[in-house]
Amino acid sequence: MGDALISMTNTTLLLQVVLIPALAPLFVGVIRKMKAIMQNRHGASIVQPYRELRKLFTKEEIVSEDSSFIFLIAPFIVFAVTLVLGAMVPLFGLPAPLAGHGDLLTFISLVALAAFFLALSGLDAGGAFGGMGSSREMTIASMTEAGVLFSFLPVAFLAASADLSLMAERTGEFTGSGLVALLIALGGFFIALLAENARYPFDNPSTHLELTMVHEAMILEYSGRRLALMEWAAANKLFLFAIVGVQLFIPWMPAWAATAPLIALVAGLKIGLLAFAIAFVESTIAKLRYFRLPDLLLSSFMLGVIALILAAF
Amino acid sequence: MILSTGQLILTGLMAFAAGAIGSFLFRGRGSVSHLWATIAASLGSLALLAAAIDTLLSYETFTAILPVPSNLMSFSVRLDDLGAIFLAIISLVSLLASIYGYSYLNRHTPSAGKANVGIFLNVFLASMPLVILANDAIAFLISWEIMSLASYFLVVSDHREEGNVRAGFIYFVMTHIATAALLVMFMLLFRETGSFDFDAYRSFGPLISEGTAIAVVLLALVGFGTKAGIIPFHIWLPGAHPAAPSHISALMSGVMIKTGIYMLIRVCFEFFPTLPSWFGLLVLAIGSVSAVLGVLYALAEHDLKRLLAFHSIENIGIILIGLGTALVFHAAGNDGLALLGLGAALFHTINHAIFKSLLFLSAGSVVAATHSRNIESYGGLIRTMPVTATFFLVGSIAISGIIPFNGFASEWLTFQSLFGGMVVLDVTERIAVAIAAASLALTAGLAAACFVKAFGITFLARPRSDAARNAKECGYGMRIPMVVLGLLALVLGVFGGPAALVFIAIAASLPIFATTGLSIDLAGAGNLSVLGGFGTIDAFAIAGALALALLVTAAIFALGGKERRRIAPTWACGALPLSPRMEITATAFSRAIITIFGGVLKPTKQTTLEYHDERMRYFPKYHAVDMHLDDLFMRFIYGPIARGVLACARIVAKTQSGNTHLYLLYVVAMLAILLAWAMH
Amino acid sequence: MIGMITKMLSTPRTVIPVRELSELAAASDVEDLGSKLDQRIRRIFKGSLAIREVDAGSTNAEEEELKALTNAYYDIERFGVHFVASPRHADMLMVTGPITKNMAKALKETYEATPAPKIIVAVGDGAIDGSLFKDAYGVVGGTGAVIPVDYGIPGDPPSPKMIIAALIHILDDIEHKRKAA
Repeated sequence: MGDALISMTNTTLLLQVVLIPALAPLFVGVIRKMKAIMQNRHGASIVQPYRELRKLFTKEEIVSEDSSFIFLIAPFIVFAVTLVLGAMVPLFGLPAPLAGHGDLLTFISLVALAAFFLALSGLDAGGAFGGMGSSREMTIASMTEAGVLFSFLPVAFLAASADLSLMAERTGEFTGSGLVALLIALGGFFIALLAENARYPFDNPSTHLELTMVHEAMILEYSGRRLALMEWAAANKLFLFAIVGVQLFIPWMPAWAATAPLIALVAGLKIGLLAFAIAFVESTIAKLRYFRLPDLLLSSFMLGVIALILAAF
Repeated sequence: MILSTGQLILTGLMAFAAGAIGSFLFRGRGSVSHLWATIAASLGSLALLAAAIDTLLSYETFTAILPVPSNLMSFSVRLDDLGAIFLAIISLVSLLASIYGYSYLNRHTPSAGKANVGIFLNVFLASMPLVILANDAIAFLISWEIMSLASYFLVVSDHREEGNVRAGFIYFVMTHIATAALLVMFMLLFRETGSFDFDAYRSFGPLISEGTAIAVVLLALVGFGTKAGIIPFHIWLPGAHPAAPSHISALMSGVMIKTGIYMLIRVCFEFFPTLPSWFGLLVLAIGSVSAVLGVLYALAEHDLKRLLAFHSIENIGIILIGLGTALVFHAAGNDGLALLGLGAALFHTINHAIFKSLLFLSAGSVVAATHSRNIESYGGLIRTMPVTATFFLVGSIAISGIIPFNGFASEWLTFQSLFGGMVVLDVTERIAVAIAAASLALTAGLAAACFVKAFGITFLARPRSDAARNAKECGYGMRIPMVVLGLLALVLGVFGGPAALVFIAIAASLPIFATTGLSIDLAGAGNLSVLGGFGTIDAFAIAGALALALLVTAAIFALGGKERRRIAPTWACGALPLSPRMEITATAFSRAIITIFGGVLKPTKQTTLEYHDERMRYFPKYHAVDMHLDDLFMRFIYGPIARGVLACARIVAKTQSGNTHLYLLYVVAMLAILLAWAMH
Repeated sequence: MIGMITKMLSTPRTVIPVRELSELAAASDVEDLGSKLDQRIRRIFKGSLAIREVDAGSTNAEEEELKALTNAYYDIERFGVHFVASPRHADMLMVTGPITKNMAKALKETYEATPAPKIIVAVGDGAIDGSLFKDAYGVVGGTGAVIPVDYGIPGDPPSPKMIIAALIHILDDIEHKRKAA
């Protein structure tokens, strides 16, 4: 019995590592679909991102003559980091495969590792826009780190653990001011999520205008399979942040969701809700002026601080 | 061990002496002198490294009286675990820097210069261990002063450049202000204890009245803080470190400034174990400010070595954050967490020594190849200098506090001590600790941005000058030290858990923590858990997972079948050929951050615009934006003080006319005043 | 004369006949056309066709029509077509306007920057042969004068519906050739 449970757990854990990259493009597709509907369009199918990735995998690759091995290895590192992150986030109400091996600081540091190489790859080919994108990415990323950390911290203190799995497990037991803190921290985390994933109002994920690009500018030089890895990694990262947001900050789970499929359904609904929030923001507000972004990031940080005061003081 | 610790130390010091004397004797023949100095310095460092490891492994405190031929003073020597870890890192970096320096100087220094460097290098390398070893005030001050002077002469060793002489002058002034503070400090201690012996301070320190104790630790903060480069006493650092030859920069930035940290630990945790909480908060505040401002100034910098020097200020700030939390916790009576903070500070001290030396050595390789320190004139060096680039990249990731390198491990530990503070301390202290945590998070983010800039603009894209285009990779003599330091950075990162335990154990060896239990444990191999399981980290597992994930990624990549790859020019939106001028510059890269923090940094911007047709003004011919960042402390604190001193000097100078009669008048007046005083 | 005839015979016919297009466009509404396009894109392009638009000197008429493809009415995105920001990401280049001297080099570079397999489509009469502006002092000629063209979509400008019809034709043709090969 015990062995069976362990082996089942192991299968689930393995499934999780596969599931996140497998579902991430769908998540992006759903957001795009929601946006299209809000814009009174039909929009592409929700599986369109998969088709794009599949096509890119068969295309020829063009590498700039000015670029170095950084350009070649960066997509691997960026993608691999999202795989590791995928093994760190709690998904099935079970501890993640890497639970106990890394905490929220590890999570933030891994995100920084990916951003570091992404920014370097933008600089590598020496194009005029790649460097600009890197500069913007690092400017935003450097100020988002504190926002992410401080929106995690209140939850960590309330849960008495900085481990993402334990935090997710214990947020369900929060009551009173704990829930208020959670809600405020969610606000901070949501802003950080938008900033980390180059969404509105920080960046326009579907822009064609090089001058306004952040994330897109860095991958302008990529083509074929490496582009696919980069796009896929971006989808993974967005999906991961959504999962973390849902698991840590929206612990609500109705009593009738007792069996695994029902739990999965509710979790899916919550993630869908977050996708809706992202799509709603993107369809209703304009991109912010670049130098107004620090204000927004500061408010993300301040929300975290307020939540922290509620949680720990 | 064939030789005892004492014999090893003596051997090391004699080797340095032989090196200094030998290279002085051979100064006419630069290459011989240089070789001699290098061999002596390496052997000396090796002996001292052995002594340090011997002490660390034996858990014994080594004490001795060095045979100094003088009746006036004794030179008593003591090496405990804390000293040994500092001695270990100092001698390790000394060893690598000496090996590196041999090829480095051969590349572009004239032989007379090499002889000078050889002499002072050996003196400098001998003085740093002596500072660590010294166990009485006189011996300490002498070693400290030798260290300052030797490093000063190394800073100005390339005195053909005017800037170096000026940087050396500022260093000289600041370091002596520091020494003055230390002199006063030791005089106060002498008044209270009647002894110059550190052991006396250890036993009588707790008995000294609180007012004097505060005065002493504040003087220590000024004196040792200046050497460590804390803000606002940092102004010498960004000038002096880059001016020296690169292996000396590595020594100064990597280990010399750590002697300040070492002595601060001695004073704050050994001599005065009962300091008020506000002193800890002061250290914490200085640490936070130094960290954030250090990295912001670094972002604005486009002299590669100055940029690294500013990062030393940042990292000293991070170390002080650890130290400050330790002091606050100790004052609050929570020694378990104090150990965590002190362990974090020690760990970061060692880590910074490793990655900063690595960065300075690889930057030196770039400077030697291009004869320029200006980042804007580099570009594309990764193709001509792949080894240097790789190790600079390793250093960059490590210093940015990114997993899996060592910077992450110690920053993680520092964060944990801050998190601990947010739970257990009083409200005011909690707020202070939370602010420190926020500034540490901001610092880590900004450091990553700065090193994307430093690495990207230096090594990536196209060369922006002929020198960069024709750069040559450095030789093996320069590569090996980089490889060793790079591997150390990785090992200390991947095995961050066990390493953290070692540093906390060293912190726990201090007498005040004799009865404190460790608040940290290793669950399983490498899995570090602190604060009762609040924070857990297993960098080894994460690194392993990362490696596995890379393999999986490669497998997914290979699923696409055979790779079809074509080399083509960079996509330039149809505006080929791309000239290097179309790449982003270092100034442009960090401009946004500088503008965002403009309220603190007060950047000045100068725009130069020339038109093809002055009357029409439609088509600019030339448009340049020059961003400049004044060091505010230089402008608002040191500048006025220096001007005031000069103004006073000018007034006093008026009394010096050179007229004998006037001087006779002064003598008579003086005598009259003295007589009047005596009569009174 | 003989030269002209040999040229006529040897020049491949890249321009899609107008009649064929207008018949196709007139016969069905956007949805039908779209679903036909969708099926073909799935067969040939694994369900995703990325287009990079290059304005080589157009009057912006073609741009307006291409832009209309992405609006809520035509919403070409739902059929698996999207416009991309870099030729590196593209499968198809849509060139518009007579090729001006200033843009000729840029067009060539864009062509070279596009990864294979790539399809070059000249959109509008201007891009096909220069149209009104043929032989003007600043014009090099049609797209074919600079880069090899695979297809031309006639019209000045072609309507969005015509463009969708042309895409169907192009994909059919590609499929046909692929089968033949």
